[in-house]
Amino acid sequence: MSFTQPLLEGNRLVLARLLTQVENDSPGARDALVELFPHTGRAHLIGVTGAPGTGKSSLVNQLALGYRRKANKKVAIVAVDPSSPFTGGAVLGDRVRMRDLSGDEGVFIRSMAARGSLGGIAQKTASLVQVFDAAGYEIIIIETVGAGQSEVDVARLAHTTIVVEAPGLGDEIQAIKAGILEIADVLVINKADRPGVENTERALRSTLELAHPTQRIFRHHGKTMEVSAPATDRDLWIPLIIKTVATEGKGIDELIEAIAKHAVHLQRSGDRAARDRARLESEMEALLQEALMNRFMEDMPHENYEEILGNVVNRNLSPYEAVKLLMNGTPK
Amino acid sequence: MTDKKIRVLVAKPGLDGHDRGAKVVARALRDAGMEVIYTGLRQTPEMIAEAALQEDVDVVGLSILSGAHMALAPRILELLKKNGQDQVKVFIGGIIPDEDMPRLKEMGITGIYGPGASTDEIIRDVREAIQP
Repeated sequence: MSFTQPLLEGNRLVLARLLTQVENDSPGARDALVELFPHTGRAHLIGVTGAPGTGKSSLVNQLALGYRRKANKKVAIVAVDPSSPFTGGAVLGDRVRMRDLSGDEGVFIRSMAARGSLGGIAQKTASLVQVFDAAGYEIIIIETVGAGQSEVDVARLAHTTIVVEAPGLGDEIQAIKAGILEIADVLVINKADRPGVENTERALRSTLELAHPTQRIFRHHGKTMEVSAPATDRDLWIPLIIKTVATEGKGIDELIEAIAKHAVHLQRSGDRAARDRARLESEMEALLQEALMNRFMEDMPHENYEEILGNVVNRNLSPYEAVKLLMNGTPK
Repeated sequence: MTDKKIRVLVAKPGLDGHDRGAKVVARALRDAGMEVIYTGLRQTPEMIAEAALQEDVDVVGLSILSGAHMALAPRILELLKKNGQDQVKVFIGGIIPDEDMPRLKEMGITGIYGPGASTDEIIRDVREAIQP
Protein backbone atom coordinates (compact mmCIF):
# COMPACT_ATOMS: atom_id res chain seq x y z
CA MET A 1 0.00 0.00 0.00
CA SER A 2 1.36 3.39 -0.86
CA PHE A 3 0.57 6.41 1.24
CA THR A 4 2.82 8.71 -0.65
CA GLN A 5 0.76 9.89 -3.59
CA PRO A 6 -2.49 10.68 -1.74
CA LEU A 7 -0.48 12.25 1.06
CA LEU A 8 1.36 14.60 -1.25
CA GLU A 9 -2.00 15.46 -2.83
CA GLY A 10 -3.29 16.55 0.56
CA ASN A 11 -5.61 13.69 1.54
CA ARG A 12 -6.27 14.32 5.22
CA LEU A 13 -7.65 10.89 6.07
CA VAL A 14 -4.56 9.21 4.64
CA LEU A 15 -2.41 11.63 6.59
CA ALA A 16 -4.26 10.88 9.84
CA ARG A 17 -3.96 7.12 9.36
CA LEU A 18 -0.30 7.29 8.48
CA LEU A 19 0.36 9.32 11.63
CA THR A 20 -1.23 6.52 13.68
CA GLN A 21 0.87 3.89 11.96
CA VAL A 22 4.04 5.90 12.47
CA GLU A 23 3.19 6.42 16.11
CA ASN A 24 2.70 2.67 16.54
CA ASP A 25 5.82 1.92 14.49
CA SER A 26 3.95 -0.52 12.27
CA PRO A 27 5.93 -2.22 9.48
CA GLY A 28 4.17 -0.20 6.77
CA ALA A 29 5.07 3.03 8.54
CA ARG A 30 8.81 2.55 8.10
CA ASP A 31 8.39 1.98 4.38
CA ALA A 32 6.25 5.11 4.13
CA LEU A 33 8.86 7.18 5.99
CA VAL A 34 11.49 5.95 3.56
CA GLU A 35 9.35 7.02 0.61
CA LEU A 36 8.50 10.37 2.14
CA PHE A 37 11.97 11.32 3.28
CA PRO A 38 12.98 13.06 0.01
CA HIS A 39 9.98 15.37 0.46
CA THR A 40 11.01 16.53 3.93
CA GLY A 41 13.24 19.36 5.07
CA ARG A 42 11.14 22.30 3.93
CA ALA A 43 9.04 23.18 6.97
CA HIS A 44 10.04 25.54 9.74
CA LEU A 45 9.76 23.61 13.02
CA ILE A 46 8.78 25.62 16.08
CA GLY A 47 9.05 24.04 19.52
CA VAL A 48 6.91 25.45 22.32
CA THR A 49 7.77 24.41 25.84
CA GLY A 50 7.37 25.65 29.39
CA ALA A 51 5.93 24.75 32.78
CA PRO A 52 2.37 23.43 33.08
CA GLY A 53 -0.17 26.21 33.13
CA THR A 54 1.97 28.89 31.53
CA GLY A 55 -0.39 28.95 28.56
CA LYS A 56 1.41 26.91 25.93
CA SER A 57 -1.74 25.62 24.24
CA SER A 58 -3.38 29.04 24.12
CA LEU A 59 -0.20 30.50 22.70
CA VAL A 60 0.03 27.77 20.05
CA ASN A 61 -3.59 28.45 19.15
CA GLN A 62 -2.88 32.14 18.59
CA LEU A 63 0.38 31.48 16.82
CA ALA A 64 -1.35 29.16 14.35
CA LEU A 65 -4.13 31.73 13.82
CA GLY A 66 -1.50 34.37 13.17
CA TYR A 67 0.30 32.27 10.59
CA ARG A 68 -3.01 31.53 8.86
CA ARG A 69 -4.19 35.13 8.77
CA LYS A 70 -0.98 36.96 8.02
CA ALA A 71 1.00 34.56 5.90
CA ASN A 72 -1.59 32.00 4.78
CA LYS A 73 0.82 29.21 5.62
CA LYS A 74 -0.31 25.65 6.20
CA VAL A 75 0.14 24.88 9.88
CA ALA A 76 0.45 21.52 11.63
CA ILE A 77 0.43 21.19 15.40
CA VAL A 78 1.76 18.20 17.30
CA ALA A 79 0.61 18.54 20.90
CA VAL A 80 2.20 16.15 23.38
CA ASP A 81 0.67 15.34 26.77
CA PRO A 82 1.92 12.85 29.35
CA SER A 83 0.95 9.18 29.53
CA SER A 84 0.15 7.58 32.86
CA PRO A 85 3.20 5.70 34.10
CA PHE A 86 0.90 3.05 35.60
CA THR A 87 -1.71 2.29 32.96
CA GLY A 88 -0.19 3.78 29.82
CA GLY A 89 -3.41 5.69 29.29
CA ALA A 90 -3.60 9.43 28.72
CA VAL A 91 -5.99 12.32 28.59
CA LEU A 92 -4.90 14.64 25.81
CA GLY A 93 -6.50 18.01 26.43
CA ASP A 94 -4.58 20.51 24.32
CA ARG A 95 -7.36 20.76 21.75
CA VAL A 96 -9.60 22.40 24.33
CA ARG A 97 -7.61 25.61 23.88
CA MET A 98 -7.42 25.35 20.12
CA ARG A 99 -11.06 25.52 19.13
CA ASP A 100 -10.49 28.72 17.12
CA LEU A 101 -8.60 26.62 14.59
CA SER A 102 -11.53 24.32 13.89
CA GLY A 103 -13.02 24.45 10.41
CA ASP A 104 -9.80 25.60 8.74
CA GLU A 105 -8.50 23.08 6.22
CA GLY A 106 -5.06 24.68 6.40
CA VAL A 107 -4.56 23.55 9.99
CA PHE A 108 -4.06 20.01 11.23
CA ILE A 109 -3.85 19.31 14.95
CA ARG A 110 -2.63 15.99 16.25
CA SER A 111 -2.57 15.10 19.94
CA MET A 112 0.08 12.69 21.04
CA ALA A 113 0.73 10.82 24.28
CA ALA A 114 4.33 10.81 25.49
CA ARG A 115 4.17 7.00 25.94
CA GLY A 116 6.91 6.79 28.52
CA SER A 117 9.36 9.28 27.03
CA LEU A 118 10.76 11.68 29.60
CA GLY A 119 12.24 14.41 27.44
CA GLY A 120 9.03 16.38 26.99
CA ILE A 121 8.14 14.89 23.60
CA ALA A 122 7.37 11.33 22.55
CA GLN A 123 9.84 8.99 20.92
CA LYS A 124 7.90 9.19 17.66
CA THR A 125 7.30 12.95 17.63
CA ALA A 126 10.16 13.55 15.21
CA SER A 127 8.73 10.98 12.80
CA LEU A 128 5.27 12.55 12.96
CA VAL A 129 6.87 15.89 12.17
CA GLN A 130 8.55 14.34 9.14
CA VAL A 131 5.19 13.16 7.85
CA PHE A 132 3.68 16.64 8.23
CA ASP A 133 6.73 18.14 6.55
CA ALA A 134 6.36 15.82 3.56
CA ALA A 135 2.61 16.52 3.42
CA GLY A 136 3.40 20.17 2.72
CA TYR A 137 2.80 21.83 6.08
CA GLU A 138 5.06 24.88 6.11
CA ILE A 139 4.91 25.68 9.80
CA ILE A 140 4.99 22.78 12.25
CA ILE A 141 4.48 23.63 15.90
CA ILE A 142 5.51 21.07 18.47
CA GLU A 143 3.99 21.63 21.89
CA THR A 144 5.74 19.66 24.63
CA VAL A 145 4.24 18.25 27.81
CA GLY A 146 4.28 20.75 30.66
CA ALA A 147 8.01 20.84 31.19
CA GLY A 148 9.94 21.27 34.41
CA GLN A 149 13.61 21.98 34.13
CA SER A 150 15.24 19.37 31.98
CA GLU A 151 12.74 18.36 29.29
CA VAL A 152 14.87 19.80 26.55
CA ASP A 153 14.53 17.25 23.74
CA VAL A 154 12.36 19.62 21.74
CA ALA A 155 15.34 21.90 21.14
CA ARG A 156 17.05 19.11 19.25
CA LEU A 157 14.00 18.72 17.02
CA ALA A 158 12.88 22.31 16.42
CA HIS A 159 14.51 25.06 14.41
CA THR A 160 13.18 27.72 16.75
CA THR A 161 12.48 26.91 20.39
CA ILE A 162 10.07 29.08 22.33
CA VAL A 163 10.14 28.82 26.11
CA VAL A 164 6.96 30.10 27.73
CA GLU A 165 7.16 31.66 31.18
CA ALA A 166 4.51 33.37 33.25
CA PRO A 167 4.75 35.89 36.07
CA GLY A 168 5.18 34.45 39.53
CA LEU A 169 7.02 31.27 38.70
CA GLY A 170 10.27 31.51 40.59
CA ASP A 171 13.14 33.85 41.17
CA GLU A 172 16.51 34.57 39.66
CA ILE A 173 18.04 31.37 40.97
CA GLN A 174 15.53 29.43 38.90
CA ALA A 175 16.57 31.53 35.97
CA ILE A 176 20.31 30.84 36.22
CA LYS A 177 19.99 27.08 36.55
CA ALA A 178 20.92 25.04 33.53
CA GLY A 179 18.21 23.49 31.44
CA ILE A 180 15.08 24.79 29.94
CA LEU A 181 15.96 28.49 29.75
CA GLU A 182 19.17 27.68 27.95
CA ILE A 183 17.35 26.17 24.99
CA ALA A 184 15.21 29.24 24.33
CA ASP A 185 15.65 31.05 21.05
CA VAL A 186 12.68 33.19 21.98
CA LEU A 187 11.47 33.67 25.54
CA VAL A 188 7.79 34.43 25.92
CA ILE A 189 6.37 35.94 29.08
CA ASN A 190 2.75 34.97 28.73
CA LYS A 191 -0.08 36.28 30.91
CA ALA A 192 1.70 39.62 30.74
CA ASP A 193 -1.40 41.39 32.06
CA ARG A 194 -0.76 39.85 35.47
CA PRO A 195 0.98 41.54 38.36
CA GLY A 196 4.65 40.71 38.70
CA VAL A 197 5.40 40.78 35.00
CA GLU A 198 8.10 43.44 35.49
CA ASN A 199 9.92 41.24 37.99
CA THR A 200 9.78 38.25 35.70
CA GLU A 201 11.05 40.29 32.82
CA ARG A 202 13.88 41.75 34.91
CA ALA A 203 14.93 38.29 36.14
CA LEU A 204 14.94 36.86 32.64
CA ARG A 205 16.81 39.86 31.22
CA SER A 206 19.50 39.64 33.84
CA THR A 207 19.85 35.93 33.15
CA LEU A 208 20.31 36.62 29.50
CA GLU A 209 22.87 39.27 30.36
CA LEU A 210 24.85 36.81 32.46
CA ALA A 211 24.86 34.42 29.56
CA HIS A 212 25.46 37.06 26.92
CA PRO A 213 27.96 35.57 24.52
CA THR A 214 30.15 38.65 24.21
CA GLN A 215 32.66 40.28 26.46
CA ARG A 216 30.86 41.88 29.38
CA ILE A 217 31.80 44.11 32.23
CA PHE A 218 29.54 44.12 35.28
CA ARG A 219 29.62 46.82 37.90
CA HIS A 220 29.54 45.33 41.37
CA HIS A 221 29.98 47.48 44.54
CA GLY A 222 31.75 50.09 42.50
CA LYS A 223 34.23 47.63 41.09
CA THR A 224 34.09 46.01 37.71
CA MET A 225 33.96 42.31 36.97
CA GLU A 226 34.81 41.09 33.55
CA VAL A 227 33.57 38.02 31.75
CA SER A 228 35.37 37.35 28.55
CA ALA A 229 33.71 36.24 25.40
CA PRO A 230 33.86 32.60 24.43
CA ALA A 231 36.10 32.07 21.44
CA THR A 232 33.78 31.76 18.49
CA ASP A 233 33.54 33.11 15.01
CA ARG A 234 29.86 32.22 14.75
CA ASP A 235 27.14 34.70 14.14
CA LEU A 236 25.54 35.15 17.55
CA TRP A 237 21.90 34.94 18.46
CA ILE A 238 20.67 36.59 21.60
CA PRO A 239 17.29 35.25 22.69
CA LEU A 240 14.48 37.73 22.32
CA ILE A 241 11.97 38.36 25.09
CA ILE A 242 8.37 38.83 23.98
CA LYS A 243 5.44 39.63 26.25
CA THR A 244 2.08 38.13 25.30
CA VAL A 245 -1.45 37.71 26.55
CA ALA A 246 -2.35 34.61 24.57
CA THR A 247 -6.02 34.51 25.53
CA GLU A 248 -6.45 37.96 23.95
CA GLY A 249 -4.00 37.53 21.10
CA LYS A 250 -1.73 40.31 22.37
CA GLY A 251 1.92 40.20 21.40
CA ILE A 252 1.42 37.47 18.80
CA ASP A 253 2.48 39.62 15.84
CA GLU A 254 5.69 40.47 17.70
CA LEU A 255 6.25 36.80 18.42
CA ILE A 256 5.81 35.83 14.78
CA GLU A 257 8.26 38.57 13.86
CA ALA A 258 10.78 37.27 16.40
CA ILE A 259 10.47 33.76 14.95
CA ALA A 260 11.02 35.17 11.46
CA LYS A 261 14.15 36.99 12.65
CA HIS A 262 15.43 33.79 14.15
CA ALA A 263 14.75 31.92 10.91
CA VAL A 264 16.81 34.51 9.02
CA HIS A 265 19.59 34.16 11.57
CA LEU A 266 19.54 30.37 11.19
CA GLN A 267 19.98 30.65 7.45
CA ARG A 268 22.64 33.32 7.56
CA SER A 269 24.75 31.77 10.29
CA GLY A 270 24.55 28.26 8.92
CA ASP A 271 22.89 27.17 12.15
CA ARG A 272 19.93 25.70 10.34
CA ALA A 273 22.16 23.29 8.45
CA ALA A 274 24.02 22.47 11.65
CA ARG A 275 20.80 21.78 13.52
CA ASP A 276 19.43 19.65 10.72
CA ARG A 277 22.63 17.67 10.66
CA ALA A 278 22.65 17.13 14.42
CA ARG A 279 19.01 16.04 14.38
CA LEU A 280 19.41 13.62 11.50
CA GLU A 281 22.57 12.26 13.04
CA SER A 282 20.86 11.53 16.34
CA GLU A 283 17.95 9.93 14.49
CA MET A 284 20.32 7.74 12.52
CA GLU A 285 22.23 6.82 15.67
CA ALA A 286 19.05 5.84 17.48
CA LEU A 287 18.07 3.54 14.61
CA LEU A 288 21.57 2.13 14.46
CA GLN A 289 21.52 1.40 18.18
CA GLU A 290 18.21 -0.38 17.81
CA ALA A 291 19.44 -2.39 14.83
CA LEU A 292 22.69 -3.36 16.54
CA MET A 293 20.82 -4.36 19.66
CA ASN A 294 18.42 -6.50 17.62
CA ARG A 295 21.29 -8.16 15.75
CA PHE A 296 23.16 -8.75 18.97
CA MET A 297 20.16 -10.34 20.65
CA GLU A 298 19.56 -12.56 17.63
CA ASP A 299 23.12 -13.88 17.74
CA MET A 300 23.19 -14.31 21.49
CA PRO A 301 21.87 -17.66 22.77
CA HIS A 302 19.02 -16.89 25.10
CA GLU A 303 20.35 -19.20 27.87
CA ASN A 304 23.71 -17.41 27.95
CA TYR A 305 22.00 -14.09 28.31
CA GLU A 306 19.74 -15.34 31.09
CA GLU A 307 22.65 -16.94 32.92
CA ILE A 308 24.70 -13.77 32.92
CA LEU A 309 21.69 -11.72 33.95
CA GLY A 310 21.11 -14.20 36.80
CA ASN A 311 24.69 -13.69 37.99
CA VAL A 312 24.16 -9.94 38.02
CA VAL A 313 20.91 -10.30 39.97
CA ASN A 314 22.74 -12.50 42.54
CA ARG A 315 25.39 -9.80 42.86
CA ASN A 316 28.09 -12.19 41.62
CA LEU A 317 28.79 -10.01 38.63
CA SER A 318 28.63 -6.28 38.21
CA PRO A 319 26.74 -4.98 35.19
CA TYR A 320 30.09 -3.77 33.81
CA GLU A 321 31.62 -7.25 33.94
CA ALA A 322 28.41 -8.71 32.54
CA VAL A 323 28.57 -6.50 29.48
CA LYS A 324 32.21 -7.46 28.92
CA LEU A 325 31.26 -11.13 29.01
CA LEU A 326 28.30 -10.58 26.72
CA MET A 327 30.46 -8.77 24.22
CA ASN A 328 32.86 -11.76 24.22
CA GLY A 329 29.87 -13.99 23.62
CA THR A 330 30.63 -16.37 26.46
CA PRO A 331 29.02 -16.86 29.86
CA LYS A 332 31.15 -17.03 32.93
CA MET B 1 0.13 -5.01 17.25
CA THR B 2 0.94 -4.93 20.93
CA ASP B 3 1.64 -1.22 21.07
CA LYS B 4 -1.58 -0.18 19.34
CA LYS B 5 -3.46 2.03 21.77
CA ILE B 6 -7.19 2.55 21.68
CA ARG B 7 -7.79 6.21 20.86
CA VAL B 8 -11.04 7.79 21.99
CA LEU B 9 -12.44 11.24 21.34
CA VAL B 10 -14.62 12.49 24.18
CA ALA B 11 -16.69 15.43 23.05
CA LYS B 12 -19.62 17.48 24.23
CA PRO B 13 -21.80 18.71 21.39
CA GLY B 14 -24.58 21.17 21.95
CA LEU B 15 -25.11 23.95 24.39
CA ASP B 16 -25.41 22.45 27.84
CA GLY B 17 -22.45 23.28 30.03
CA HIS B 18 -22.24 20.31 32.36
CA ASP B 19 -19.20 18.20 31.58
CA ARG B 20 -18.67 16.32 34.81
CA GLY B 21 -19.89 13.06 33.28
CA ALA B 22 -17.65 13.46 30.25
CA LYS B 23 -14.65 14.05 32.50
CA VAL B 24 -15.43 11.04 34.68
CA VAL B 25 -15.64 8.84 31.59
CA ALA B 26 -12.46 10.35 30.10
CA ARG B 27 -10.62 9.63 33.32
CA ALA B 28 -11.96 6.06 33.51
CA LEU B 29 -10.91 5.32 29.94
CA ARG B 30 -7.48 6.75 30.68
CA ASP B 31 -7.16 4.45 33.68
CA ALA B 32 -8.08 1.58 31.38
CA GLY B 33 -4.98 2.39 29.33
CA MET B 34 -6.65 4.26 26.48
CA GLU B 35 -5.56 7.54 24.95
CA VAL B 36 -8.43 9.96 25.36
CA ILE B 37 -8.60 13.17 23.39
CA TYR B 38 -10.76 15.61 25.29
CA THR B 39 -12.15 18.52 23.32
CA GLY B 40 -14.22 20.44 25.83
CA LEU B 41 -17.63 22.06 25.76
CA ARG B 42 -19.91 23.33 23.01
CA GLN B 43 -18.55 21.48 20.04
CA THR B 44 -20.43 21.53 16.76
CA PRO B 45 -20.88 18.25 14.88
CA GLU B 46 -18.43 19.62 12.30
CA MET B 47 -15.78 20.25 14.95
CA ILE B 48 -16.24 16.77 16.38
CA ALA B 49 -15.98 15.04 13.00
CA GLU B 50 -12.91 17.06 12.14
CA ALA B 51 -11.21 16.24 15.43
CA ALA B 52 -12.09 12.55 14.97
CA LEU B 53 -10.43 12.65 11.56
CA GLN B 54 -7.27 14.47 12.60
CA GLU B 55 -6.82 12.28 15.65
CA ASP B 56 -7.67 9.07 13.76
CA VAL B 57 -9.69 7.77 16.71
CA ASP B 58 -11.29 4.35 17.01
CA VAL B 59 -14.16 5.58 19.14
CA VAL B 60 -16.12 8.80 19.65
CA GLY B 61 -17.90 9.30 22.97
CA LEU B 62 -20.56 12.01 23.02
CA SER B 63 -21.96 13.54 26.17
CA ILE B 64 -25.40 15.01 25.55
CA LEU B 65 -27.65 16.34 28.29
CA SER B 66 -29.56 18.93 26.35
CA GLY B 67 -32.16 16.73 24.72
CA ALA B 68 -30.81 17.49 21.27
CA HIS B 69 -29.46 13.99 20.70
CA MET B 70 -31.91 13.15 17.90
CA ALA B 71 -30.51 16.09 15.92
CA LEU B 72 -26.83 15.86 16.90
CA ALA B 73 -26.20 12.12 16.71
CA PRO B 74 -27.30 11.55 13.10
CA ARG B 75 -25.43 14.64 11.95
CA ILE B 76 -22.19 13.44 13.54
CA LEU B 77 -22.63 9.94 12.11
CA GLU B 78 -23.23 11.41 8.69
CA LEU B 79 -20.11 13.60 8.84
CA LEU B 80 -17.94 10.71 10.00
CA LYS B 81 -19.15 8.69 7.00
CA LYS B 82 -18.55 11.58 4.66
CA ASN B 83 -14.95 11.76 5.89
CA GLY B 84 -14.43 8.06 5.23
CA GLN B 85 -14.49 7.12 8.89
CA ASP B 86 -17.28 4.54 8.76
CA GLN B 87 -15.37 2.25 11.09
CA VAL B 88 -15.46 4.69 14.02
CA LYS B 89 -17.80 3.52 16.81
CA VAL B 90 -19.95 6.18 18.43
CA PHE B 91 -21.15 6.01 22.04
CA ILE B 92 -23.52 8.40 23.79
CA GLY B 93 -23.74 9.21 27.47
CA GLY B 94 -26.23 11.53 29.08
CA ILE B 95 -29.98 11.88 29.42
CA ILE B 96 -31.56 9.82 26.67
CA PRO B 97 -35.26 8.85 26.95
CA ASP B 98 -35.89 5.12 26.58
CA GLU B 99 -38.10 5.59 23.54
CA ASP B 100 -35.24 7.22 21.58
CA MET B 101 -32.76 4.42 22.21
CA PRO B 102 -33.92 1.97 19.51
CA ARG B 103 -33.82 4.67 16.87
CA LEU B 104 -30.35 5.80 17.89
CA LYS B 105 -29.10 2.21 17.74
CA GLU B 106 -30.68 1.82 14.32
CA MET B 107 -28.82 4.89 13.11
CA GLY B 108 -25.57 3.24 14.13
CA ILE B 109 -24.89 4.37 17.70
CA THR B 110 -23.00 1.52 19.36
CA GLY B 111 -23.82 2.14 23.03
CA ILE B 112 -25.98 4.45 25.15
CA TYR B 113 -25.42 5.13 28.84
CA GLY B 114 -27.52 7.07 31.31
CA PRO B 115 -26.80 8.37 34.78
CA GLY B 116 -25.59 5.56 37.02
CA ALA B 117 -23.98 3.55 34.24
CA SER B 118 -20.82 1.84 35.39
CA THR B 119 -17.54 2.89 33.85
CA ASP B 120 -16.44 -0.77 33.85
CA GLU B 121 -19.35 -1.52 31.55
CA ILE B 122 -18.39 1.34 29.23
CA ILE B 123 -14.75 0.22 29.11
CA ARG B 124 -15.78 -3.36 28.35
CA ASP B 125 -18.17 -2.27 25.60
CA VAL B 126 -15.55 0.01 24.01
CA ARG B 127 -13.00 -2.79 23.94
CA GLU B 128 -15.51 -5.22 22.48
CA ALA B 129 -16.74 -2.79 19.86
CA ILE B 130 -13.34 -2.27 18.28
CA GLN B 131 -12.31 -5.92 18.12
CA PRO B 132 -11.55 -6.57 14.46
